[in-house]
Amino acid sequence: MNDVAIEKNSLRIPSSEDFAAYVTRAEVEDLLYYEAELLDTWQLHDWLALFTEGCSYYVPSTDLPRTASADDSLFYIADDAVRLRERVIRLMKKTAHSEYPRSRTRHLVSNIRILAADAKEIQVAAAFVTYRMKFGNNDAYVGSTNYRLRRVDGQLRIVEKRCFLDLEALRPHGRVSIIL
Amino acid sequence: MNNDKNLVDIDEEKLQFRVAREAFVSDEILAAEYENIFDQCWLYVGHVSEFKKPGDFVTRTIARRNLLVTMGTDKTLNAFFNTCPHRGATVCRERSGNSKNFQCFYHGWVFGCDGNLKSQPGKERYSSDFITSGAGNLVPVPRFDVYAGFCFVSFNVEVEPLPDYLAGAKEYLDLVSKYSESGMGISNGSQEYAIRANWKLLVENSVDGYHAVSTHATYLDYLKNTNGGLSSIKLEGKSLDLGNGHAVLEYTAPWGRPIASWIPLWGEEGKQEIDQIYARLVELHGEELADRMAHKNRNLLIFPNLVINDIMAITVRTFYPEEPNYMLVNGWSLAPNEESDWARKFRLSNFLEFLGPGGFATPDDVEALESCQNGFNNYQLVPWSDISKGMGKETPNYDDELQMRAFWSRWNQFIGGTPTPNSNVRRIPSIAVV
Repeated sequence: MNDVAIEKNSLRIPSSEDFAAYVTRAEVEDLLYYEAELLDTWQLHDWLALFTEGCSYYVPSTDLPRTASADDSLFYIADDAVRLRERVIRLMKKTAHSEYPRSRTRHLVSNIRILAADAKEIQVAAAFVTYRMKFGNNDAYVGSTNYRLRRVDGQLRIVEKRCFLDLEALRPHGRVSIIL
Repeated sequence: MNNDKNLVDIDEEKLQFRVAREAFVSDEILAAEYENIFDQCWLYVGHVSEFKKPGDFVTRTIARRNLLVTMGTDKTLNAFFNTCPHRGATVCRERSGNSKNFQCFYHGWVFGCDGNLKSQPGKERYSSDFITSGAGNLVPVPRFDVYAGFCFVSFNVEVEPLPDYLAGAKEYLDLVSKYSESGMGISNGSQEYAIRANWKLLVENSVDGYHAVSTHATYLDYLKNTNGGLSSIKLEGKSLDLGNGHAVLEYTAPWGRPIASWIPLWGEEGKQEIDQIYARLVELHGEELADRMAHKNRNLLIFPNLVINDIMAITVRTFYPEEPNYMLVNGWSLAPNEESDWARKFRLSNFLEFLGPGGFATPDDVEALESCQNGFNNYQLVPWSDISKGMGKETPNYDDELQMRAFWSRWNQFIGGTPTPNSNVRRIPSIAVV
């Protein structure tokens, strides 16, 4: 018991200050809160502008380990830049039946931590709950997101967004038709 | 249930085939479906590729029953009810893995992967013949069999042999299992979702060639927008009744197929790869079959609830109703056990673009089904759905509704109501108590 307690006392709490030379948590929060706002107001073209050119967006299937790759495992979503753009184009159409009429959503982002940062890239972890309300159904998507960020002309941009659902299955949701 | 009522109404003269919307909303009919269909038929439980070495196991819920499927030390596959014969606790509480033993955590009984009781705390307090009688072993499902790598169970001891049950669908299972000398296997990752609609709506939707242009307009737009995402091949083909409620659509389509229809998007590297795959198929199976394998899409329904859609990728999908208006869906990707990194990547990419709850198409199917279910609230005043398209035509097209009529005719034989024409199936007796 003592050994465990001593070891715990020596445990250092990671601090976002460690990466102050490259990014502050407030800056990351501004990005993620703004991202949430754009998604909740269906300004998806502006949302897409938050991403870099070679960006990607992933939602692995709920039974996969976090290390799984979309190259050899079946995901729910594995968008490269082209497909992400097409996802946005599709979602803005009236013929995207699942999202027209549009659902109401609320993206809540929390537990934001900077995991690593250097001059090239910033890695961020966050927790999310995204609610989707439509036709009398209220569904909550719960999980965590790993972001890879980069500075482009001084502004933070998303290189990769990877949403790990904590749900055991997409039930009762039945779809990830909105962007998480 | 109201047996004097027509749930499936067929008028051969007027060429009209109608299904009562009551069949999608009634608790009584759902109970009858479990008793007369899910408890009687062969049901898909898994694929042989999920079991590679002794001790490999998966747990699955099949028609509300918790099953444990294992590969025994002798490499035979077994399916057990996943409940301790002692006092009932779930024996294996993991989704999948490898274990030579399964210990029930409640009282500590240990079972081998062949289901036999290996040890029990306080064994001396049991009679000497307790073990030898087999009373302490996991209970196997009444019937288990494999066809072309697809594993099925039945809770009905007297069910006809699996090959007989599969009827004309056998040829299509054979076909999809022969794409690669390395064999076919389920890819990592499963898509587990739900739809707030009656399960039979997904049966219809899975083999519906008629809805694509309207429901999936944005998917087709997407392929057009993506430079080279579409070939000039037309959507055309036929639908076939395979007997026993099974049906298939077989058709050409403009999208790319990893086996083996090239689209310009895949570039020269892709073309070489596809040409090689095709050449090998010709060597192995001859020109005619290779052409079918590579260039035809197949949406296959195996009664009552197995769908194998061999389209821009291959999905294996099964689903069960929890309520008349709620089903649980499980979907997997089937692929050659060995294919190049290039082929696997494009296969999964193709899969995701269309299929699954995050794709550009399936969410709109989900929406359509839920929309139908919502419409069925009016069933008392708008009592019928129509699936007459193509009735009486000599060659049913891929976008006709013959395949749905095949399903519903079979469904009607199990559920009762007025017998349909060509009814030749007896009512299978209820499940025997094992």
